[in-house]
Amino acid sequence: MEKSSIIQYYGHGIPYLKNLESKGKLIILEGPDSSGRSSQISLLNNYLEANGHAVLNTGLRRSELISEGILEAKERHLLRKRTMSLFYAADFADQLENKIIPALKAGYIVLADRYIYTLMARDAVRKINRTWSHNLYGFAIKPDLIFYLDVDPNELIRRAFQKTTEELLRGIFDKDNFLDYYESGEDIGFSDDLLESFISYQMKMKYEFYRLQKKYGIIKINGNQNIEQVQNELRHKIDKFLKIPFDSSTKQK
Amino acid sequence: MRQIKNRSGNIITNTKNIKKDKYAIKGKLIIVEGIDGSGKSTQIHLLDKWLRFNNKPAFLSEWNSSEIVKNITSRGKKKEQLTPTTFSLLHATDFADRYERNIFPLLRAGYTVLADRYIYTAYARDIVRGCNPLWIKKLYSFALKPDITFYFRVPVDIAAGRILSGRPKLKYYEAGMDLNLSNDIYESYRIFQSRIIEQYEKMTTSENFTVIDGTLNIEKQQELVREKFKSVISFDGEN
Repeated sequence: MEKSSIIQYYGHGIPYLKNLESKGKLIILEGPDSSGRSSQISLLNNYLEANGHAVLNTGLRRSELISEGILEAKERHLLRKRTMSLFYAADFADQLENKIIPALKAGYIVLADRYIYTLMARDAVRKINRTWSHNLYGFAIKPDLIFYLDVDPNELIRRAFQKTTEELLRGIFDKDNFLDYYESGEDIGFSDDLLESFISYQMKMKYEFYRLQKKYGIIKINGNQNIEQVQNELRHKIDKFLKIPFDSSTKQK
Repeated sequence: MRQIKNRSGNIITNTKNIKKDKYAIKGKLIIVEGIDGSGKSTQIHLLDKWLRFNNKPAFLSEWNSSEIVKNITSRGKKKEQLTPTTFSLLHATDFADRYERNIFPLLRAGYTVLADRYIYTAYARDIVRGCNPLWIKKLYSFALKPDITFYFRVPVDIAAGRILSGRPKLKYYEAGMDLNLSNDIYESYRIFQSRIIEQYEKMTTSENFTVIDGTLNIEKQQELVREKFKSVISFDGEN
């Protein structure tokens, strides 16, 4: 995969970074919390490195400059919807220009633990105009492959509860609830009932992903399967893609 | 229950019309724009004092003052690692935070909201920094248009003189050093600020700016500002 291609943007792009050559690949894994995303990413990372690829890991809220500020504001429940949306966009922009683009130029496989689709879905669930979010991320580059781990919300609850119980037993449990405040849509007050709120929020996220799937060419993976099954499916699809150089872009609209 | 009555049957709370009035904006939004050193902050400060002196509910919101964002922006500036897109989005985050938590709710509550810099600052600066103009405009499309926009017009040399009389050095980003316009910081500042003025001038008609000559003395400028204010907003108070 030494051949290079020109980086494509979704919208207006970054005007001062035009005609950039990428020798690498950008692969995204989307999915809700407790969908097994992080485990899948780390398994993929090992697999790709074992096959001789240089891999860079990235994800949401990982900008050195901005991530702590987001976390702090979230913990204090200070973020209103538009502010949250733009804060995450700033975090993403910093990583895109300072990490992702340089790695692609250098020929890395960039593995992203979530990308703009989660952010756009969150915005839409919070009733931010979809066209507005689409414009906001016009500076994002088009990935080569986008996967979405689709998991039933009831299964997510079971996994989240199991995880916190294990953490509790090991004495590292530090959350107030086993379900996350924002991931349950509590900032927008879906319901007084935490469980009901979580399910309702996750169903709405699922619907948004269903919409995004067609528009952005997202490949859905059945995340209700066990870890090995999911990993095998991902590896199979990535292998197939890496063997056929350079028509990935034609697959996406 | 829509109405809450006390024992003698008098209504103490009526929530009947809350939903209907949800988007009613009762307050007025007055903003100032201009380059650093144009005198705009002094003028909006005096307007704020005057309103408060006359017991009018007023609130002043300043650019880049959100407590959740400003430390990040200043750290990024110090390290000189902010790209134009990140810079632009951090300012948008700052604006959104002040807008969602202060400006918009206070306008609905009937306050006169004053803003030292508003979306036009972002339009001008981010466009000069190389962001796509249409992208920026759509980004800020959630913000209400002001009732009055005062634009303080001053030549770049006068503005620079005012800034340098207060402190000895120009800062990296205010001089636009990130744009590689010149190695000399003063020369870079001149070019950068002139380009911002150019952007502002382009907006004066389309965005309905009230232009104030920023070279006039402070008292005269404030007189013009209050005159315009009274012509737009009914005001019963002392001068």
